[in-house]
Amino acid sequence: MTDTPETYSAAAEIGAPRTRRGPGTRAWLALKKAPVSAWFGLVVICAYALVAIFAPLLAPHGEAQVFAQPYAPWTANHPLGTDQIGRDILSRLIYGARNTIGIALTTTLLAFLIGGGLALVAAIARGWTDQILSRLVDVLMAIPSLIFALMLLSIFGASVLSLIVIIAVLDSTRVFRITRAVAMNVVVMEYVEAARLRGEGTWWIMRREILPNIMPPLVAEFGLRFCFVFLTIAALSFLGLGIQPPTADWGSMVRENASLIQFAQYDLKAGITPLLPAAAIALLTVGVNFVVDWFLMQTSGLKDEH
Amino acid sequence: MNTDTPLLTMRGVRIDGFADERWTPIVKGVDLTLHRGQVLGLIGESGAGKSTLGLAAMGFARPGCRISGGEILFDGIDLMRASEAEKQALRGVRIAYVAQSAAAAFNPAHTLLEQTIEAPVRHGLMSAAEAADYARTLYAAMDLPDPDTIGDRYPHQVSGGQLQRAMTAMAMCAKPDLIIFDEPTTALDVTTQVNVLAAMRKAIREFGTAAIYITHDLAVVAQMADRIKVLRYGEEVEEAPTETMLAAPKHPYTKSLWAVRAIRKPGETGPDKVLELNGITAAYGTIPVLRDISLAVPRGKTVALVGESGSGKSTTARVITGLLPPVAGEVRFEGAPLPPALRGRSRDQLRRIQMIYQSADTAMNPRHTVHEIIGRPVQFYLGKSGAEVTARVSQLLDMIELDDSFMDRLPGELSGGQKQRICIARALAAEPDVIICDEVTSALDQIVQEGILKLLMKLQRTLGLSYIFITHDIDTVRAIADEVVVMFQGEVVEQGLKEQIFAPPHPAYTELLLSSVPKMETGWLEDRIAAQARTASGG
Repeated sequence: MTDTPETYSAAAEIGAPRTRRGPGTRAWLALKKAPVSAWFGLVVICAYALVAIFAPLLAPHGEAQVFAQPYAPWTANHPLGTDQIGRDILSRLIYGARNTIGIALTTTLLAFLIGGGLALVAAIARGWTDQILSRLVDVLMAIPSLIFALMLLSIFGASVLSLIVIIAVLDSTRVFRITRAVAMNVVVMEYVEAARLRGEGTWWIMRREILPNIMPPLVAEFGLRFCFVFLTIAALSFLGLGIQPPTADWGSMVRENASLIQFAQYDLKAGITPLLPAAAIALLTVGVNFVVDWFLMQTSGLKDEH
Repeated sequence: MNTDTPLLTMRGVRIDGFADERWTPIVKGVDLTLHRGQVLGLIGESGAGKSTLGLAAMGFARPGCRISGGEILFDGIDLMRASEAEKQALRGVRIAYVAQSAAAAFNPAHTLLEQTIEAPVRHGLMSAAEAADYARTLYAAMDLPDPDTIGDRYPHQVSGGQLQRAMTAMAMCAKPDLIIFDEPTTALDVTTQVNVLAAMRKAIREFGTAAIYITHDLAVVAQMADRIKVLRYGEEVEEAPTETMLAAPKHPYTKSLWAVRAIRKPGETGPDKVLELNGITAAYGTIPVLRDISLAVPRGKTVALVGESGSGKSTTARVITGLLPPVAGEVRFEGAPLPPALRGRSRDQLRRIQMIYQSADTAMNPRHTVHEIIGRPVQFYLGKSGAEVTARVSQLLDMIELDDSFMDRLPGELSGGQKQRICIARALAAEPDVIICDEVTSALDQIVQEGILKLLMKLQRTLGLSYIFITHDIDTVRAIADEVVVMFQGEVVEQGLKEQIFAPPHPAYTELLLSSVPKMETGWLEDRIAAQARTASGG
């Protein structure tokens, strides 16, 4: 009791806060406490990113370089053998990382730009704008997206550009839903009303008042959407409508070498070969999910109590 | 029953809270003794540990808290050593709890009666029929309308005041020895509060229940408690019988709890009207909320809008700011009509009317620093940038009695009073003529309220600001208003200089509003009930 001053001072109500840690220090502190699964996910993602970036340096052969022997077994020259027309599988796996991840990342970003942007506009404007956009999204979501994508791809042709745009538009519906939902909670806050009363435009309110407050769920959603986009592209490639040859990508690699699996009874390694690109897809998806889980736990406060 | 042994004894109770990865003390060794049939008032500011101590009387610590030491004896039972099952047998049966928000404490899916009788029936004290009978008796004792049938209603079908009374009835249904009231009337309007207080007191007197009454409002506790204990920072400041405490508080801190009631200024008016509302009628959709409101704000003066919730005070503010264009009537600023809708107003028109909200927590973006919050209007309205903005922010911080070290803080790193000061600075940054203050002090502790009100008065003197002060707190009005506008159900009941409004004769509603404000005297509630009975029987 004796150490508290009796004269009132507004500044003394809460004294200096603990020294503010830089974002770097905070990130490191969070990382130190991260569970093993999150570390595993981070390592996997970093490894994939490095492989994708340095693909030309890492790959022993060219992406579409054809060798004499198709379906070659695992040898020193071709560590994972060759495919149906004699291309080195390891090289194609490495280039495939670059193509598949690159396209999936671009698509997800585009989906967030479209879906997130429209959702914020809908949340701020409400009324008719919100109604029209939301119903449009409902209509798009009512159609099974893989079938819809197949249809659109056969109409517009299976180029990388149309692949990216079509999947991005179809996926943006889900981004729209979640962004609108979280933004609605923020739009009703008095600080948004205060910004409106100040006369701020929609762009400022979107970017400065709402976006910083809805980032955590959006980042988590980004991870999940990335996985789904990745799987959709792989599925489309497997069906022959995704990334077109000779560009290496994991989905079409599974399809092209699928018949090798019959040889497993003669050479186990040959049987494994078509599973390698599938495993690459699975590993990345699992890794991203681990990181997303950890991130959600961090931001949503769903922490274990002692 | 031996009346000499206390019902509840707490000795040296210490409670820790878990924050920032370590245990910090919240309650630091408090002693408390309560005899049967006694009512103890626990008062103090938010964060003083009142509620934590109240819950500890049930042997309960909130998640993230632990009772780390001391002794809690309830009727000879050592709650520190009792098993969870033993404590559960006490809770709701021998010790009951009435929370601040009855709306949050009732399950919306069950009727009031089902929930009222749950505890005694579950613990096998009464049959369902007996309990229901007893509940109806209690409803009648709590002065609830239609006590025989009100129990069949769902929580959303009764008013906030009725729900709070139903919750008290629920607490009393198992005939407990002790009830803990945790700010049970804080969320209610003054006119409702009086009835709830009267009903609660009548019921606990009638059934001889002991009670701990937790509140931050000294005037309320004066009506309810036999003894008052003042807490601060988890320690006892002083304890005394109610009369003694009110007549001669010993500790300077206790004296400071009276602070707001000590501010006074004479009401004045001026010929120069900066803002005028002429015949404003407004509606949300087809529901009319304001009918023919006319008022004028003299330059450099304070107009207080008074009324209970739902009277249209905040809607009036929305009409002035342009958030809700009126159906009829016009808002004139310095003699010229303002465009009714926000979009139609120029940046300069927006700049000159600023608003401060009740809850500073939601009025500031939690991701913006103080510099960004105060700096933005400087940038936006006055076109300054870079170092000029920082210099102006520093100046504004000085005006609100804070220093430059606050610039980099986020709202989460500020106290309630500091937050409200930042909101004031944000309004000042626009260099406005009129500031609308919507219940700006009602969420704050008395001593902080005093600081904010004094600051607002100082700023008015130095900058010549005009305030529209929306409040339901009559003491605040007495403290700072020049003119008063009393509103009821969307209409102006009475308006004029403060002294005129507060001097009789009053229109019926003003009379009710003024007489409902608890006074800092022990007998006030009795007098008030007696007066009400007289008018009821007489008229």
